[in-house]
Amino acid sequence: MSLPKPVMRGLLGKRLRFHAPIAVVLSIVAAVAFKYGVTEPRKQAYADFYKQYDAVKEFNAMREAGVFESVRPTGE
Amino acid sequence: MLAARVLRLVGKRAISTSVCVRGGHAGVAKVEEYTLPAYFDLRENPLPDISYVQNLSPEQASLKEKEKGSWAALSDEEKIALYRISFKQSFAEMTRGSSEWKTVVAGMFFVVGFTGLIVLWQRMFVYGPVPRTFDAEYKEKELQRVLDMRMNPVEGFGSKWDYENKQWKK
Repeated sequence: MSLPKPVMRGLLGKRLRFHAPIAVVLSIVAAVAFKYGVTEPRKQAYADFYKQYDAVKEFNAMREAGVFESVRPTGE
Repeated sequence: MLAARVLRLVGKRAISTSVCVRGGHAGVAKVEEYTLPAYFDLRENPLPDISYVQNLSPEQASLKEKEKGSWAALSDEEKIALYRISFKQSFAEMTRGSSEWKTVVAGMFFVVGFTGLIVLWQRMFVYGPVPRTFDAEYKEKELQRVLDMRMNPVEGFGSKWDYENKQWKK
């Protein structure tokens, strides 16, 4: 009936020393993954869209479709 | 039970004085059992207020006497018997898991299913017709207007439509 005395102190410290670096690393990984998985493609998509964007042409197309209230389609 | 003994002493004195004062009244209220300290097996409160066994049998009483001496003289069975006098269940026994969660989850699913039936009945017999904005024809006109307005043309809805060929992008 002589068991070794169990560890009584420093339990929270031990847990934090183990889990805190893992938490930091995983947070950084998550941030980097989001940046290169989401924000960079999104920025590229917007850049590509506006490279070939003709605002006047789009405006006239929308005008002919009749969605504006200030400008009616040419013809009315 | 210590509290009951104290109250009995007080009561004896109170009877002798209050008889003179109040002329024959008992003076002390009966002690309700639920007001006295109770025994609970709880992981969060490891040492309950009272021992589990309050009325010791003669063997248990003699064992308690032996406990007052050197503990090295106690055998393993005697130590376990002393433990069982003080406590009802060991930590391992009181914190053991059970299969209750299966019943709980099954009950949850059953209730959710029953609620689904009630909601279905409601949809059929309580609610009136949906607005005209749900008609297929209205929805077509709505979609056409969304595309005409060039909504979300970069990454969203409008980006999926091919405006040159008037069709969805492949």
